Amino acid sequence: MNKKLYSLSAHELDESLKNNAIKSEDICSALESRIKELDPKVNAYLKRPKEPLSGDAFVSTGIPVAIKDNICTKGFYTQCCSRILEGFIPPYDATVIKKIKESGHSCLKFKTNMDEFAFGSSTENSFSGPTRNPWNLSCVPGGSSGGSAAAVASDEAIWALGSDTGGSIRQPASFCGVVGLKPTYGRVSRFGLIAFASSLDQIGPITKDIYDSALLMNIISGYDPNDSTSINLPVPNYTKALGKDVKGFKVGIPKEYFVEGLDPEVKASVEEAINSLRKLGVDFKEVSLRHTEYAVPVYYIIATAEASSNLARFDGVQYGFRSKDVNLIDMYKKTRGEGFGEEAKRRIILGTFALSHGYYDAYYLRALKVRTLIKEDFDSLFKEFDCILTPTAPTAAFKVGEKVNDPLKMYLSDIYTISANLAGIPGISLPCGLTKHGMPIGLQILARHFEEEKIFSLAYAFEQNTEWHKLKPKLT
Amino acid sequence: MPKYEAVIGLEVHLHLSTRTKAFCGCSTEFGKEANSQTCPVCLGLPGSLPVFNRTVLDYAIKVALALNCKVQEYTKFDRKNYFYPDLPKDYQISQYDLPLSLDGFLNIDTDAGLKRIGITRVHMEEDAGKLIHEDNASLVDFNRTGVPLLEIVSQPDISSPEEAYQYLSALKTVIEYLDVSDCDMEKGSLRCDANISLRLQGESSLGVKTELKNMNSFKGVKDALGYEIKRQSELLELGEILMQETRLWDVKELKTVSMRTKEGAKDYRYFPEPDLPPFIITALKIEEIRRAIPELPHEKIRRFVEFYGLLESDAKVLASSRKDALFAEECFNSYPGKDKKPIVNWFIGPLLAEANNRNLSISGLNISSAHLLELLGFLSRNEISNLAAKAVLSDMIDTAKSPEEIIKSKNLIQISDGGALKEIMEEVISENQKSVADYKSGKENALMFLVGQLMRKSQGKANPKIAKELLKERLNA
Amino acid sequence: MIDKKIVEYVANLARIELKEKEADVLSTQLGDILGFIDKLKEVNVDKVSPTSHAISLSNVLREDSPKESLPVNSVLSNAPLKRGNFFLVPKVIE
Repeated sequence: MNKKLYSLSAHELDESLKNNAIKSEDICSALESRIKELDPKVNAYLKRPKEPLSGDAFVSTGIPVAIKDNICTKGFYTQCCSRILEGFIPPYDATVIKKIKESGHSCLKFKTNMDEFAFGSSTENSFSGPTRNPWNLSCVPGGSSGGSAAAVASDEAIWALGSDTGGSIRQPASFCGVVGLKPTYGRVSRFGLIAFASSLDQIGPITKDIYDSALLMNIISGYDPNDSTSINLPVPNYTKALGKDVKGFKVGIPKEYFVEGLDPEVKASVEEAINSLRKLGVDFKEVSLRHTEYAVPVYYIIATAEASSNLARFDGVQYGFRSKDVNLIDMYKKTRGEGFGEEAKRRIILGTFALSHGYYDAYYLRALKVRTLIKEDFDSLFKEFDCILTPTAPTAAFKVGEKVNDPLKMYLSDIYTISANLAGIPGISLPCGLTKHGMPIGLQILARHFEEEKIFSLAYAFEQNTEWHKLKPKLT
Repeated sequence: MPKYEAVIGLEVHLHLSTRTKAFCGCSTEFGKEANSQTCPVCLGLPGSLPVFNRTVLDYAIKVALALNCKVQEYTKFDRKNYFYPDLPKDYQISQYDLPLSLDGFLNIDTDAGLKRIGITRVHMEEDAGKLIHEDNASLVDFNRTGVPLLEIVSQPDISSPEEAYQYLSALKTVIEYLDVSDCDMEKGSLRCDANISLRLQGESSLGVKTELKNMNSFKGVKDALGYEIKRQSELLELGEILMQETRLWDVKELKTVSMRTKEGAKDYRYFPEPDLPPFIITALKIEEIRRAIPELPHEKIRRFVEFYGLLESDAKVLASSRKDALFAEECFNSYPGKDKKPIVNWFIGPLLAEANNRNLSISGLNISSAHLLELLGFLSRNEISNLAAKAVLSDMIDTAKSPEEIIKSKNLIQISDGGALKEIMEEVISENQKSVADYKSGKENALMFLVGQLMRKSQGKANPKIAKELLKERLNA
Repeated sequence: MIDKKIVEYVANLARIELKEKEADVLSTQLGDILGFIDKLKEVNVDKVSPTSHAISLSNVLREDSPKESLPVNSVLSNAPLKRGNFFLVPKVIE
C-alpha cells in the first residue's frame, strides 16, 4: 500500500497519520521514488544541489509541502529559477514556511520549477529548463507556478505552494487538472515571497482537491506583523465551508469572458459546469464587467513597473551572481545583463519605461486609474452576487515553444485571471473537463474580498457532483 | 553694498533617535561592528518587507509642528529608484508628492533683527549604508541602512553664509528641545547640503544654482557658502556663464570642487511604495502631539525675560542650549527669595565665563543646582567674598566637591567679627600713617587703599564692607 | 512611441547591458506591447483616482522595540566578495 501513498490527497494521508497507520517518512520515501521515476520527464523540481545542506528546514514531519522556488526557505536554496540568484540561501524562513512547520508539516527537500521570477505563463523561462505538462509532455504546464502544478498533477507532490500575480497559480492548475487558489490580497503573508509585483502577489495552495485547498489555507492564512499589507482579520476554518448547501447561491457569468478567443471546447465545458451547478439550485445570471478588456494592459504596466523596482536589488553586491568588472556601473550592467533571462529583461525595461520621466502619467498613472475602474466593476457586482464564474484560461495547455517568441500572445493567456489580482479578490481554478485531446480544462470561481468560504462551498459542491478531480494523467 | 545677492536654500537630513530603525527592529546604535546591526529587511534581502516604526511618525510630526509646518491629513511613502552600493534595495523608501508636512518657517536672528526662513517641507525617509573607500575597492557597511531620517528643506530665503549658520543653529536648538535627535554632525546624524545662486541686487529672477555637498560642520557650511559667493561673483564679473553643477566642499583646501558625474540627468522613477499602506493623520493625533511639545527656545527666551528679568541677549545665550536652559531654570526656581537677580547674574557672569574658558556648555560644567545654591548661600550671608566665591566655583568644577568642603579646607570664611578685624585694622593704621593722614586731610581715596591693605593682611578673608565701616568709624572718631 | 534610443536610455536606468541585437529585438517587441497597451487611452479617467494598493488599509505601524539582528557571518554568507566584515564592491568614484 505504501508504494501508492503518493497518489493520495493530504486529507486522506492526514487520517492515516492520525491513526498511526503510516508515518511521515513513508510519505516522503513514496514521493522520493515517484520523483526519481517521473521527474526526469516532467522536470517539476529543480535539480538537487550537489552538496546536501544542513539545517532544520526540511525535517520530515506531517505531510510535506512542495514549495515554489520564489518562497524563502532558511538554509536552503531559493533562486527564483534565475541565474542572477544562483546559489542564494536565505538566512530566514518565509512566514508561510514557518506556519507550515508550526502546523506539524514540513517542506519537501526540493523546490519547484517556475518561470524566472514568476515572469511567464508556461514555465519555459527557467534556468532549469521547461517543466512539461504531465497530461502531455509536449505541452506546457502553464505558469509561472508550473512546477508546483505539474508536481501535484503527476503525484510527485501531495500538495504544493505557488504564487499568483496575474494567474500564476490558477492558470497552471487549470492546465494540469488540479486545484489552485489565489487568496484575497492580504489573507496570506507575503513575507519571504520574493516579490514580483508587490500589490498583486499572493501565495496560495495547489492541491489535488478542494478539501486539501481548504486545509492548506487553514495553515498558511492569517495576519503577519511582518507584512504591512496583511490583514488583521480572524481566519475561519475553511473546511467548515465544504458541504454547505449552495442552493440559492447567486452567481454571475460575465459576458466579456465568453467572446472571441475563447476555445469552443473550453466554453462547452464551462457551460456544462454551469448546468450541473444549476441542478444544485445555483442561480446564474449574465453580468457585465465592463473594463475587462483593459485588464491585461493595466496589468502589464503595473506589474512590470513594480517588478522593475523590486528586481533592482539583484545587483551583484550582496548575494547571487556577479559579473567581474573593475568599474561599478559596468559591474551592475553586466551582472544584470548576463544574470537575467530574456523575459525578465523585457519586463524590467518595460516597467522602467512606464515609470520614467515623461511617461509616468501616460502609462503608469493611467494604469492605476483604470485599475480603480476594474476594481469598482467587481465591487458593484458583489453587492448582488455571491460569486462570479468564468473559464480559468481561454484554452487548454498549449505546446512547448508555441508562444515563447511572441510575448504579447503569451501575455493574453492570462486574460481571465489577471482581473482578480488587480481587484485583490480571491479566485480558484478547479478541473471541469478534458479537451478531445485529453487536456484538462479549468473552471474559475471568484468572490468578494475575504469570501474564500463561498468559493470553497461552490467549488466543493461542483467537485463532489463530478468526477473530473479524480482523473489522473497516464504517466508511467 | 555688494553687487550680487546670494540666494541660498538648505536641505538638512536628520537622524531620529529612535531605538530601532525605520522599517525593522534592528538597533540604531552608532559605532558598532560593521554589518552587525542588520536583518533581512534592512539588508533588502529578497522576500523581506518593511513595517513602519510608530515612533518615527510621532517624532516627525513633532518636528513638523515645531517648525510651524502644516501636517498633511494623508501621507504615503514612495520609492526613489537609483543604483548605489550603499542602498541595498537599490531604491530608497522616501516621500515624494504627498510628504508628511508642508509650508512652515523658522525665525533666525540677523543684524537687521528677526528673519523668517520658510520651510518647504519636512518628510520621512530611510538612510543608506556607509561606504569606505580603499585603494582598489570600496567596502560596504549596512548598519546605518534604514535608520530613520527627516529631510527638512528650506525655502531659498537665506541671503548670506551667516544667515545659513544662524538657521542651522536655530534648527539644531529646536530639535534638541524636542529631544528627537542628537544632531551630531560628526556622527552624521545631522547633514546639510546647500543650494546657492547669485543675482544682481534688486533682481527678481534666479541665477544658475550650484549644489554644495560634503560639509561636515556648521562652520563648514558657512565657509563653503562664503567661498562659493566669492567664486561665483568673480566668474560673473568676468562675464562667464555659470553651469548648474554639484560641488564638494574640501575642508583641507578650503574650497569647493566640481563633482563630475558620468551619469546623465537624474530619473528617480518615484512611485507609491506598494509594500506600505498610506497614513491618515487625524486632527486629534496632531493635537495630541502638539500638546506634548515642550516649550520651544523662543518661548523660553520670552519667559526668561518676563519672569526672571533677564536681558533678552542673556536669555538667548541660556536658551540656545536646552540643557543649559533647563539647568538655569532649575536653579532659578530653587533659589530662595523673589529677587532672582543674584542667581541670574551668576549664570550669565561667572558660570558662563567658566564654560567659555573651558569650551564647554554650562550644563557641561557638571555642577549640581544644590551645590550652586549652597555657594550662593555663603555669598549672600557674607560668609565668603565675591572673589573667593568665584575661586570656589572653579574648584567645584575641577573637583566636584561641595562648596562647604572647599571653603572649609581652604579656610575662606570671611572675617566679619569686629574684634578680629579691629586687631588687623590697628596694624594697618600703624603701618600706613601717611594714608591715614591723607584721609584725614580729605582724600577719600586713601580709605579704599587702607581697606585694600586690610584685605591683603587678612588674606582676602576680611569682609570688605565691614572693614570699610570699621575703618571709617575709627578714623572719623 | 518607443524606439531603440529610448530602450537604451531605459536599459541604462535599469542598469542592464543589452547587446546590439537585443536592443533591436526589444524595441520591436516593446513597440508591439505598448501598441496594445495604448488601448488604455480609450478610457476616460478624468475623475478617477488611482489605486496603488489592492486593499485599502492605513496606519500600519509597529512599536519601536528592538529585535535581534542577524549574526554577521550569516549576513555575509551569500556575499560574492567580502573583506573582513564588509561587502566588497568595485571602487566607487565620487
